[in-house]
Amino acid sequence: MIEIEGISKRYDATTVVDDVSMVIEPRTIAVIVGTSGSGKTTLLRMINRLVEPTAGVIRLDGADNRSLPGYELRRSIGYAIQGHGLFPHRTVAQNIATVPVLLGWDAARIKRRVDELMTLYQLDPQAFGPRYPHELSGGQQQRVGVARALAAEPNVLLMDEPFGALDPIIRNKAQEDLLAIQKRFGTTIILVTHDMEEAVHMGDKIAVMDAGKLVQYARPAEILAKPASAFVETLVGASEKPFRLLSLGRVRDAVETGAAEGEAIPADTSQRDALAELLWSGRPALPVTGADGKPLGRVTVDGLVKRAARPT
Amino acid sequence: MKEAGVKAWLPSLLRLALVVLLIAFVTNPGWFEPLLKPLTESNAPAIYNQGSLLTLTLLHLRTVLIATVAATIVAVALAILVTRPAGVEFLPLSRSLVNIGQTFPPVAVLALAVPAVGFGEKPTLIALFLYGLLPIFENALTGLTTLPANVVEAARGAGMTGWQRLVKVELPLSAPIILGGIRLSVVISLATATIGSTVAARTLGEVIIAGLLSNNLAFVLQGGLIVAALAVLIYDGLSTIERYTARRMGQETA
Repeated sequence: MIEIEGISKRYDATTVVDDVSMVIEPRTIAVIVGTSGSGKTTLLRMINRLVEPTAGVIRLDGADNRSLPGYELRRSIGYAIQGHGLFPHRTVAQNIATVPVLLGWDAARIKRRVDELMTLYQLDPQAFGPRYPHELSGGQQQRVGVARALAAEPNVLLMDEPFGALDPIIRNKAQEDLLAIQKRFGTTIILVTHDMEEAVHMGDKIAVMDAGKLVQYARPAEILAKPASAFVETLVGASEKPFRLLSLGRVRDAVETGAAEGEAIPADTSQRDALAELLWSGRPALPVTGADGKPLGRVTVDGLVKRAARPT
Repeated sequence: MKEAGVKAWLPSLLRLALVVLLIAFVTNPGWFEPLLKPLTESNAPAIYNQGSLLTLTLLHLRTVLIATVAATIVAVALAILVTRPAGVEFLPLSRSLVNIGQTFPPVAVLALAVPAVGFGEKPTLIALFLYGLLPIFENALTGLTTLPANVVEAARGAGMTGWQRLVKVELPLSAPIILGGIRLSVVISLATATIGSTVAARTLGEVIIAGLLSNNLAFVLQGGLIVAALAVLIYDGLSTIERYTARRMGQETA
């Protein structure tokens, strides 16, 4: 659990982060969204004390984050940034091993962990371990960056626009990978982005920041349904709202009884993608199949349209 | 394909030939006497005869090596110091100090150093040391101040201390640029060291000066050519190391 209490950061006359308080539950993903200059990155960097706050307290599992020297605190918190920041003079394996080496793990344990993470991220340890970062594609570099952040098994992972430099297709894959890994390790993730789409897709809760202030901190559905201010409304994008709401749900929750013609949709497709498929194929309904391939029922345009309406 | 192969090998071949030629010349200068004989007048000796060329070459290299190592240590240490948060205010001061070292002509340094430390190798070392500081310092400064921001940020975020960042990230990343400064400094020193023989330092300058005094073109030429060959080979060798370190990091070299 991360408790942020009355945190402010001022540089001379300008206040970058203004009295922000929020609680991030363990094993969840909190996404901080805002325009550039909203103070979201500064807020993130105060959690691992890359920036020292002017006022306020941040507690990690009850302990003040100033109870350790900054560098020791940072070794216990994963940190992944935009453009990954891999060390160009070190191999992929050495990059991933950075924090374990700093913590003085023995060589066998480090190798085990590096191999485990590389396998998890679909990078063959034999083939990719001895390569240098510049020999990898953008998507591979990004995966190595996240693997490095997770290497010392941190409970908390901070991510500053980690997918910002990726093209849309690789970004989707990277987001899915992160969600899967978060489920597996139960890591608490705080992710900064300016992309509302990403926030709705990734976040258990979304924190919207504007001009240094925390404007709204709520579950995605609530942010979409009841934006706290005109700013949040703009950020959500009025015309996008119903589709974003649909993207939160899976087809399995919208299944109706009955049969339909056409190619079946897997039950874990998002409702938004299902609607797109229905509209594009010009059919009023499509069959749904479960993970085992068995038919579950059907999904209809009418049913989805109802779900896209403002929740009451 | 074959043509590209020949092109790639040609520089290495030339280098090898130059090394062989240089070693042959300083160990057995007598072999080359017929070549140099036409340059002498009235039966003067064609090969330097007041000392072994090999000894002089080694002493020349030793002088340059000592001066460059000292200049590297001081310049890099200074560059590290003024790029730490605590040392930033000394940046302008150290810059001007090092610049003075460069503007001072080596001959003037020799003239001033002789009364203080006497004749011989010492004044030469002082002159070379002062002269060699600037290129190394400037390059080290460039290297340490133009590190990619997100890499430095990642090093901090991973929990490296200031010292660990310097040793594990900042110095390795600026190594190619610092090496470039050392390369410039070495080449300048190789040439400048010849002047040291005016104050009795034992360098290849001795051969050139002896040639000038006795109007013996063969002496001047052989002294000059050995220094030139050394400069070309060392420049080349250091460039190769630089390119290797830079390429390993995926940097394009100019």
